Amino acid sequence: MGEDKRVLTGEHFLNGDHASAEGAMAAGCKFFGGYPITPSSEIAERMSERLPEVGGIYIQMEDELASMNAILGAAWGGWKTMTCTSGPGFSLMMENLGLGIVLETPTVLVNIQRGGPSTGLPTLVGQADMMQARWGSHGDYEIIALAPSSPQEMFDHTYKAFGLAEQYRVPVLVMSDECVGHMTEKVVIPPADELPVYPRRYTKQKPGEYLPFQVGKDGIPDMVKAGDGYNIHVTGLTHDERGYPVINAEAQDVMVRHLMDKINNNRDKIIEVQEIDIEGADAVIVSYGISSRTCYRALDMAREAGLKVGMYRLVTVWPFPERQIRELAKKVKSLVMVELNFGQVYYEVERCACGNARTYLVPHAGGDIHDPADILAVLKEAVK
Amino acid sequence: MTRPDATTIVDPMDAEKHPMSRFLREDRMPHIWCSSCGLGTTLTCFIMAVVETGIDPQKMAVVSGIGCTGRVAGYLNFDSFHTTHGRAIPFATGLALSNPELKVVVYSGDGDIVAIGGNHFIHAARRNMDILCVCVNNFTYGMTGGQVGPTTPLTAKATTAPYGSFEFPFNIPYLAVASGANYVARWTALHMRRLKRSFQEALNKKGFRVIEIISPCPTAFARKNRLGTGLDVLKYYHANSIIQHGADPRDATIDMGGKIIVGKFLDEDRPCYRDYVTENVSRQLGGK
Repeated sequence: MGEDKRVLTGEHFLNGDHASAEGAMAAGCKFFGGYPITPSSEIAERMSERLPEVGGIYIQMEDELASMNAILGAAWGGWKTMTCTSGPGFSLMMENLGLGIVLETPTVLVNIQRGGPSTGLPTLVGQADMMQARWGSHGDYEIIALAPSSPQEMFDHTYKAFGLAEQYRVPVLVMSDECVGHMTEKVVIPPADELPVYPRRYTKQKPGEYLPFQVGKDGIPDMVKAGDGYNIHVTGLTHDERGYPVINAEAQDVMVRHLMDKINNNRDKIIEVQEIDIEGADAVIVSYGISSRTCYRALDMAREAGLKVGMYRLVTVWPFPERQIRELAKKVKSLVMVELNFGQVYYEVERCACGNARTYLVPHAGGDIHDPADILAVLKEAVK
Repeated sequence: MTRPDATTIVDPMDAEKHPMSRFLREDRMPHIWCSSCGLGTTLTCFIMAVVETGIDPQKMAVVSGIGCTGRVAGYLNFDSFHTTHGRAIPFATGLALSNPELKVVVYSGDGDIVAIGGNHFIHAARRNMDILCVCVNNFTYGMTGGQVGPTTPLTAKATTAPYGSFEFPFNIPYLAVASGANYVARWTALHMRRLKRSFQEALNKKGFRVIEIISPCPTAFARKNRLGTGLDVLKYYHANSIIQHGADPRDATIDMGGKIIVGKFLDEDRPCYRDYVTENVSRQLGGK
């Protein structure tokens, strides 16, 4: 039981949800606490079968509040943990996503986005949780969110998310969508030695010296697990380096600033984007997830029509590639945002363009993907 | 750093110290609890039980939610987690499953455990999760100023029930037994020896164990209902309790001015969640 079952090396024909589960397994996930919800349930189903093969545990909790807490608890018990959800479940997880952020707990949350608000479109696609991913839990914080656009990326991004979670001690969001989750494509899983398990930042300090939230040289605190003999205390209250509650403005400033800085100071290491035909383009599409797949067709149609267009595909949506978009805006006439909502990440693009490029949104309420012709129509305007 | 010793309470190096100082975070003192609140007494019983059972304190993990009792995790010198309101049980579920060496204890209040966390409580009991769940019941939301709660007795007054509460309250032992808990007991905060013994029994068992402690809230509940000082209420609860081991938990409802049935309601040995799942799944996987 163990290492040989962790990585399912080979070429597979997998749907995005299953590929995400395999990415988690490859990353060394040992615990899944979740609640069934369409269109993410296939991840839970696969994890329920796979985790016992490596000595891990799958537990179906009573709701998403419990799921989010169970994965935090199990992370402090020493395991790599995850959950998955969609729509209403994501809303319920916001409460304890905040606890994960404030306890600086490494864990992974996969959201297979569907149409909202409320119960919305359980079986149909949406991308309207992007700002909830950014701001959904109360209070100020920075978060990491990735946006896979294929089953292969579901594997790659979920694997990567576990590493980022450990490195920055933060819950990492994989913001997928129903189309990518249910799309079946070739997924190549490399050999196990090419997919190491990212180590936890366990402290080298002794009990008595160690403080749970004292940051190291890289601005991130080292961790211990329960039962290691450190007698730690951690709290969701604003706390100091010892983890003890301190209820005043000074402690709040230090703690919140730290939660922001540890992500913001590492933006260049965290952010990943893909540039397609940017050089010499008049108009550049900015998109992510399933919408970026639709844009490939629109780009082909635009090129056939003689337009100079490219695409800036967001692999990391949060933290937002502010500097990159600011520089891009200086080189092109316009930026065209394509996403399945009425403008969420678009407002970030507009903000970072700083008036140096015109910005367009190709909106869509969800339930379906964009018609490439609608994107083309905007591109024709945008290149002028 | 001095660490708790499993064999003795008193630190032989410093008899001047509080006898339980090794198990408390003295740098967190003074605590926030009101004078004559019952919580300190319950904590004394708990520490004594931990010492007398000989459990390695470094393998103890205490999880609390929010509220007055929620502060317990912050005062105990074990690995301790102060989580969100109502969520101590699911957090503890993750801890217990990922690290079976740990003795996981949830220590929280009635509002935390049976109102906002009620769903987690019944499901952890149903699964027979390896958690000792200590619920200190003071019939009110003390920290927020004394609002009505799911255990407030009928007709009792609260800041949000100025005409009295006319909601039927939860009977926690009955709820725990009906939901599948492995061990269920109730004491008042003044039943110190009996409470300590229940803690010892429960710490030595597996599965979901529930100990409800009826405890005075002098500042909110007692004042609003003109019950006197905390000490008066402590004595009152004790004097009006009837020890009845094996009582039918359906009879354990608490009414204003009525008798309080205390004792051990249930002591079973159903397989706990982790053992049961692991055993059955590994058998199907061919003993791998």
